[in-house]
Amino acid sequence: MRPTRLRVDRERCIGAGMCALTAPEVFDQDPDDGRVLLLRTEPSTARRAAARTAAGLCPSGAITLHEPESGGS
Amino acid sequence: MGESLHAVTTLPTARRPGCPFDPPAELLDARRHGPVSRFTHPGGKPGWLITGYDLVRSVLADPRFSSRKELLNVVDHELPPAPPGEFLLMDEPQHGRYRKPLAGRFTVRRMRLLTERVEQVTADCLDAMEEAGPPTDLVTAFARPVPAIVICELLGVPYGDRGSFQEQIETFLGGETGEEELIAAYTATQEYLADLVAAKRANPTDDVLSDLTHSDLTDEELKGISLILLAAGFDTTANMLALGTFALLQNPGQLAALRADPALVDGAVEELLRYLSVAKTFMRTALVDVELDGRTIEAGTTVVLSYNTANRDPERFADPHVLDLRRRQGGHLAFGHGIHQCLGQQLARVEMRVAFRALIDRFPTLRLAVPAEEVGLRPETADIYGVKSLPVAWGEEDA
Repeated sequence: MRPTRLRVDRERCIGAGMCALTAPEVFDQDPDDGRVLLLRTEPSTARRAAARTAAGLCPSGAITLHEPESGGS
Repeated sequence: MGESLHAVTTLPTARRPGCPFDPPAELLDARRHGPVSRFTHPGGKPGWLITGYDLVRSVLADPRFSSRKELLNVVDHELPPAPPGEFLLMDEPQHGRYRKPLAGRFTVRRMRLLTERVEQVTADCLDAMEEAGPPTDLVTAFARPVPAIVICELLGVPYGDRGSFQEQIETFLGGETGEEELIAAYTATQEYLADLVAAKRANPTDDVLSDLTHSDLTDEELKGISLILLAAGFDTTANMLALGTFALLQNPGQLAALRADPALVDGAVEELLRYLSVAKTFMRTALVDVELDGRTIEAGTTVVLSYNTANRDPERFADPHVLDLRRRQGGHLAFGHGIHQCLGQQLARVEMRVAFRALIDRFPTLRLAVPAEEVGLRPETADIYGVKSLPVAWGEEDA
């Protein structure tokens, strides 16, 4: 089973900081332009819920979450 | 969906007596009929009013809806485009040209570094309040100066100069001014900002405005950006602090919970943002025909997005009219959504966390100094809702 993978689109990002606020262990902001920096592409189970919340809150839709096929092996 | 289209002719001009924190009854009523209502703009043009959380959020993220001022279809005459730099009323790519160089200055990390300075500014205001003694107006003694000092320092505006524009900015946003006065206030602010930009170009200092003079932005553009940042930095947080304190004082159980548990403050700030939604409405104009909830919003029609009603949507928030500082549902729309979501939101969060905590710690007996129904409220015509003044007292009750 493949792990949950995160992708960020820095071109869409507007630097609002919702991800860094919500899941600081997974996302940060570039100190120069404020845009998203992905700290962990494959967050651990413990961090996955926060990463998912952050993706949902992102105002510009710059974060996507690729969940593994459930039940597959 | 519903066969009968609920219609709201104009935005209501008052809230129900005794309910200063709730959206006007007409808007809550509109939401009960459905997320989209027929609406007549105050200038007589037909439009739509969107009160449902999901739809407000989706319109804000939808590039088929424009923020451009000149497309607003609300009055008989054509509106001019937004002046250079006033990027709230622009679409991409113009919006990004202004927002991009600013985003790095308002990051979560950078704003947290200001915490200590905000604590100092807050403590100074509280010291002055304590020294002067009760009763006092919390708006002038606390809610206004704390964010004003902070945004002035951040931008590099001498705080001593604030008299030249703070009143004018309140004139723009207070909702009780005639056209002529508005133009005079706007012109005076423009003149002040032109001088300020010239001064920063000549003698750059360590602040946001000086940094921007090194970019390719023109003086006109820098003036527009400064106006937006100052207006947003002054008025929004000031109203959240004063109205938020009023709301906490009217919800003593919640206030006691916050006093007892300092860690509650982050959630408390988010809940106050949701519950109060001081930035009440924004508008967007459809660029093409768009289907919303089974209705066709025709190209060129302007929709009003009711943030405060969306943030009280029972389909999104359980018991939406209850102030519950321990509420877990996030995702309120108080800072908007989409590419225009508030640039200064992380600053606002730091200011509110520090200021609410410091205020309630300093004055354990803080209370209203007048009956709640006598607290003066801004009219619904104001862009930003809030109290006009908040008389408070502390210490022993008067004999």
